[in-house]
Amino acid sequence: MAPVQTEAKPIVNKSQALVWLRQMMQIRRFEDRAEMLYQMGDKIGGFFHSYSGQEPVAVGSIGVLREDDYVITAYRDHGHSLALGMSPNAGMAELLGKVTGCAKGKGGSMHFFDVEKGMMGGHAIVGSHIPLAAGMAFASKYRGEDRVTICYMGDGAINQGGVHEALNMAAMWKLPVIYVVENNLYAMGTSLARSSATTDLKLRCAVPYGIPGVTINGNDIELMAKTTREAVNRARAGEGPSFIEAQTYRYKGHSISDPGKYRGRDELEKHIQKDPIVIYQNVLKERGWIDDETIEKMWEEVKAEIEASIEFAEKSENPPLEAVYEDITVAPFIPQE
Amino acid sequence: MAVFSFREALNQAMTEEMERDDRVFLMGEEVAEYDGAYKVSQGMLKRFGPRRVIDTPISEEGFAGIGIGAAMVGLRPIVEFMTFSFSLVAIDQIVNNAANMRYMSGGQFAVPIVFRGSSGMAGSLGATHSHRLESWYAQVPGLQVVMPATPADAKGLLKTAIRSDDPVVFIEHEVLYHDRGEVPDGEHLVPFGKADVKRLGKDVTLITYSRALKYTLAAAEELAADGIDAEVIDLRSIRPLDIDTLVESVAKTHRAVIVEEDWPYCGLGAGISDRITQRVFDELDAPIRRVASLDAPIPYNRQLEASMLPTPPRIIEAVRDVMYL
Repeated sequence: MAPVQTEAKPIVNKSQALVWLRQMMQIRRFEDRAEMLYQMGDKIGGFFHSYSGQEPVAVGSIGVLREDDYVITAYRDHGHSLALGMSPNAGMAELLGKVTGCAKGKGGSMHFFDVEKGMMGGHAIVGSHIPLAAGMAFASKYRGEDRVTICYMGDGAINQGGVHEALNMAAMWKLPVIYVVENNLYAMGTSLARSSATTDLKLRCAVPYGIPGVTINGNDIELMAKTTREAVNRARAGEGPSFIEAQTYRYKGHSISDPGKYRGRDELEKHIQKDPIVIYQNVLKERGWIDDETIEKMWEEVKAEIEASIEFAEKSENPPLEAVYEDITVAPFIPQE
Repeated sequence: MAVFSFREALNQAMTEEMERDDRVFLMGEEVAEYDGAYKVSQGMLKRFGPRRVIDTPISEEGFAGIGIGAAMVGLRPIVEFMTFSFSLVAIDQIVNNAANMRYMSGGQFAVPIVFRGSSGMAGSLGATHSHRLESWYAQVPGLQVVMPATPADAKGLLKTAIRSDDPVVFIEHEVLYHDRGEVPDGEHLVPFGKADVKRLGKDVTLITYSRALKYTLAAAEELAADGIDAEVIDLRSIRPLDIDTLVESVAKTHRAVIVEEDWPYCGLGAGISDRITQRVFDELDAPIRRVASLDAPIPYNRQLEASMLPTPPRIIEAVRDVMYL
């Protein structure tokens, strides 16, 4: 990973920086507490993919978007939803399968949606949402609007054929879409070096299509924001798609059930030593924008907020059994049975 | 009523809907500059321009997904597959994204999209280009599946499909494109979920759809010569199924034969037979018979391919069987 550059050039004002720090804390706490709940047994079902360690990628990039832009991602989707301002209540309730969840308990961890916030979904078939993002961008261009779509995927997704079909059409039609690969080095248990003929992802996803592409330290939040802003400006100006390889690292296994035996303890420790939230706290302290006391207070607020979301989720109702037939189609649904 | 070909009827449906709604656009392989691989979109590029009639690269998964993404934010794409055999490359998009999106998002998104194109055994196209995938798509809650057999229904069902707020799988039969028939003048819409009784009869109910309607009507005429009075029902809509019309007919005739080009095992007829049996088992005087294709890949050789089709002799044999003749 490239060294942290944030310190050198602030690209945001103090209030924005504090918002971003708080969002990263909120995501970290949400994931930690949700994982604890998952391990308690029967509260959270299915697969659960933690975003811990990757927070600056979502927060820094979403932080420079407009409210009417579209965001779409894969199954590791809690962080992006919270970065968009979705309430932790709706997220936690979704994990518990409750009717108050962000998909009424029908989506679960891998399928968070919030149309009001521009959260166009967590999508769980690897690579399948990359064409969807191009479609949303297509619609912006078709309507003559300047809203952009930002699409996140993991490093594993770049090996799916549909990704390259979408990149080709996005480039050919100059669609206003920004593709961000969150390269956390592992596609589940398979390292990038064992799954990609070249580990320079620009050479796979950007260069062949004439798309401007960069590789950056995605855990440097302000670099992430600055790079995304440049891409967004190009997209709004009608100059087409951009590609960002954001190098990052996930602290947890691929999902909760993954003990991560394919990577050494030393490697994980090395990354935890460079925790992006701690680094940003230090950067902001050096700028004189925050002190330890305020940081501590912020953590306490975030903890209380997440505890409240758990209480909200626990107290919420399950969807009624008749909901199984609801929201299948807009037209009245007739079960074929 | 004026007479038009099946492909002209489809063209009229798309053209009229694109005239009335700027959100509707057509995308697919060779739909624009080539004027359509089967000339269904002939003249549409000239009329609407490249913004709304869009040639794609050979990337079915990619452009199906682009259509779905555009539909999620309010456009109303018509995505043409050169043949539905090629939709197999895009089936993840159709099943996982188009059909599930509304449900998975708790009702936050609609996907008003039409996937349309040719299909079926169209003459020595071999195993990869002759698929009949109606039962595959009809099994998926969230999709609507329609298969017109006449130019009038082609137009009316396609207009309804384009106006639908939900994803529609609109399967045309390649062999029918040249067929000509009367198409009602003016605004012509055919609702989903309504079968069409093509021939009234009292002795046996013949249930069919798409190209097999022609075989079935021909068989009914031959049967009539033998004094057997067959009722013929064109399903038109595969999902939702007009089960009430089927049940009403079977309650009258007490016998049913389902005629389809689908494969026999786990085919569409199996599901329809099950639903009729559940509703009116006591009305049946014989087990429901199915005349489907044979349980083999589709062969290139003309004679072998012809043996796969649900032709009148096979239909008549099944009818005689359910009538114990």
